[in-house]
Amino acid sequence: MDVKVAIRQLRVLFSKKEVLKGIDLDIFRNKISGLMGPAASGKSTLISVINKMVSFEDGVTMTGSVLLDGEDIINGDIDEVGLRKRIGTVFATPIPLPRSIFENIAYGPRLNKNYSRPDLYTLVEESLRKAFLWDEVKDRLQESAMKLSGGQQQRLCLARTLALKPEIILLDEPCSGLDPISTAKIEEALSELKDQHTIILVSNNTKQIARATDFVAFFYLGELIEFGPTDKVFTTPAARMTEDYIQGKFG
Amino acid sequence: MRLNPRFTDKFIRGALLFQALFTVSILVFIVFIVFIKGAANITPEFIFSYPEDMGRHGGIFPAILGTVFLAVLSIALATPLGVGTAIYLTEYTKESTLTRVIRFGVESLAGIPSIIYGLFGFIFFVIKLKLGWSLISGTLTIMIMVLPTIIRTAEEAIKAVPRNLRIVSFSLGATKWETVTKVVLPSAAPGILTGIMLSVGRAVSETAAVIFTMGSSLRLPTSLLDSGRTMAVHFYILAREGISLEKAYATALVLVVSILLINIAAYYTMNKMIGRYS
Amino acid sequence: MKANWYSRFFGREQLIKWLLVVAAFSSLLFLFIIFAFILGEGLPLFYKVGVIKIIFGFTWAPTKGFFGIFPMIVSSYMVTLGALIFGAPLALGCATYLSEYASRRTKLFLKPALELLAGIPSVVYGFLGVVYIVPLIREYLGGPGFSILATSAVLGIMILPTIISISFDSLMSVPPTYREASIAMGATKWQTICNVVLPAARSGILASFILGMGRAVGETMAVIMVAGNALRIPMSLLDPLRTLTSNIALELAYAAGDHRSALFSTGVVLLIIIMILNFVANFWVKRKVTG
Repeated sequence: MDVKVAIRQLRVLFSKKEVLKGIDLDIFRNKISGLMGPAASGKSTLISVINKMVSFEDGVTMTGSVLLDGEDIINGDIDEVGLRKRIGTVFATPIPLPRSIFENIAYGPRLNKNYSRPDLYTLVEESLRKAFLWDEVKDRLQESAMKLSGGQQQRLCLARTLALKPEIILLDEPCSGLDPISTAKIEEALSELKDQHTIILVSNNTKQIARATDFVAFFYLGELIEFGPTDKVFTTPAARMTEDYIQGKFG
Repeated sequence: MRLNPRFTDKFIRGALLFQALFTVSILVFIVFIVFIKGAANITPEFIFSYPEDMGRHGGIFPAILGTVFLAVLSIALATPLGVGTAIYLTEYTKESTLTRVIRFGVESLAGIPSIIYGLFGFIFFVIKLKLGWSLISGTLTIMIMVLPTIIRTAEEAIKAVPRNLRIVSFSLGATKWETVTKVVLPSAAPGILTGIMLSVGRAVSETAAVIFTMGSSLRLPTSLLDSGRTMAVHFYILAREGISLEKAYATALVLVVSILLINIAAYYTMNKMIGRYS
Repeated sequence: MKANWYSRFFGREQLIKWLLVVAAFSSLLFLFIIFAFILGEGLPLFYKVGVIKIIFGFTWAPTKGFFGIFPMIVSSYMVTLGALIFGAPLALGCATYLSEYASRRTKLFLKPALELLAGIPSVVYGFLGVVYIVPLIREYLGGPGFSILATSAVLGIMILPTIISISFDSLMSVPPTYREASIAMGATKWQTICNVVLPAARSGILASFILGMGRAVGETMAVIMVAGNALRIPMSLLDPLRTLTSNIALELAYAAGDHRSALFSTGVVLLIIIMILNFVANFWVKRKVTG
């Protein structure tokens, strides 16, 4: 198994407060890796380190390295804009842009080059299909995206990232607040997407982690407690804390 | 004698209502009287012909065009400067001494009365830069005058755009400028446009700053160095020199109607554009 | 994927950033040159003739070397005060009604009306003042009609929108809990307004008065038309006068040499007065939140 993202000794501090305390983690190519743990464990911070949006916070210091295909993305001069085109992010609350469904999906690709109308249309359709949203919106692509339901909006956000054909897809608690059907659709989409993409899924819903991921990393207050294949971690967790968390004793 | 508090309450309510109505009635009176006294003289001839005999007869066409030229040019110059400033202050810097100093500068500019702008425009553009009483002198002076308004409204409009939208744009691989032009500005557009329209209104009604920079020539300005009149200046001269009461009322009517239309346009644009995006 | 040094500094994004910096500094630049030129033209005369002779001089005859602007300072002061007397109570009453009694729909309807009132050109106000207010005064109260009274009335009307909108914002920002607490203790609406709401909004309201004064003292065109252009200190409400602003506007077109400099000196005095007023007002407004 190939390592897509190698995280070595990553420490992140927000104004002297340690949020990630020396993480060593391998993210494998074309697999779904889950990050689980209670709130304020550093899972979202790790996501924002990978897509280089952590620099929007104040007073951030980072040590260690994060290697994407062997290249360190946090030390040295990295073109953040180019990097983010290779990494798609879906956030906890769906954030559609205030424009049509079509325009939402087309936003990312259009930044890179001038597409002809038919090419763009194909791209939009392809992305919406992969996000399991095409059938529901194919007749109303020109309508405002704000009119969609929460679950639809979140799939729209997934489709939006897919339009850029990213190598990595990051999802930060994407199904919190969504109904079970939308959640199922998104999980189904992810399982089909992993053939073409490396996926990292953050969730504090242990059942979702158990269902949808191949590997799981358990975080607690900035430390990586345990990491391994999902089946193994859930049936025979190595750490006592992991077992407690899975059983819902805290978090 | 102690008044019953409930009675006082009702009395006060009535008194305050009266004051509010009185204030509104002043506006109504102004619009009304200008309409009544001026409407008779509003003919197509008035709008499209040139003044004769210092404005005693004829129309106000050059003044109308002078106003349009001045307003359009000064707004065209002030808008990129103003919106650019607003973008810089909100998107490209955090709050710091620098931003506070710039904001102080903007607020100070806003507080300067128009006669001082007139003095400044006169000595700087007309005399020192040797531009003479001209459209360009007037334009540059008015541009500086309306700049604070545009900066203020643009900043407010930009700040009102939710932070989330910027985050999404960045996560899709957009640069800062791409995010500003494709996400922030379109959402902030209604507010910014309102500010622009308010500034147009200001440029149209301004007199003291215009008369000493653009001059008061009765001819139609055909180049930037030509002098000319705006409607406000023409009106002032008609009224003060006692040239023609009727023409004065008529000019006032055109002025007030223009301002009314600009205000209405501002509200309409604001509401329409908000509807379109949400 | 590595960004190179070149594109960091000279790339499109950087270029745009520098353009925006220039735009942002333009305001400071303009402020600077405005002050530089007004002071540059106006200050020398103070050195030449003497500050006292100008600011406290009673005679204005610039072609003969007399640059006294004291009567105009007094006149400006008096009409500004007069404008406040005329406009502040009315404006405050209107703002109070709007914020405490008016329904949502009324508010929606009146706010644009106010903005429209503010948008009417000052020359129109002056004109209507000459046509209606001046003859009224002349007929029923005597004097030439062009007077402190006329000017104060017109200015008072003109500063209504300023005071109303800022006072209104101030009143609206008083938390509803204040009012609720007062009513819960058995006070009537008016008692609540008097004892709770108005004091809480005090800073903002005072700021609006001061900004209104600033507007009045800087007003030129309307004043020229109703003030009467007399060079003496007005002794009664019915006397005509000349303010600092009209002094400048009436003579700038044909002044030269020291005469012109004197007009700039008048401008300097005016500028200082207004800057002080604005500074005080902003100071009060900043306290609005804590008040």
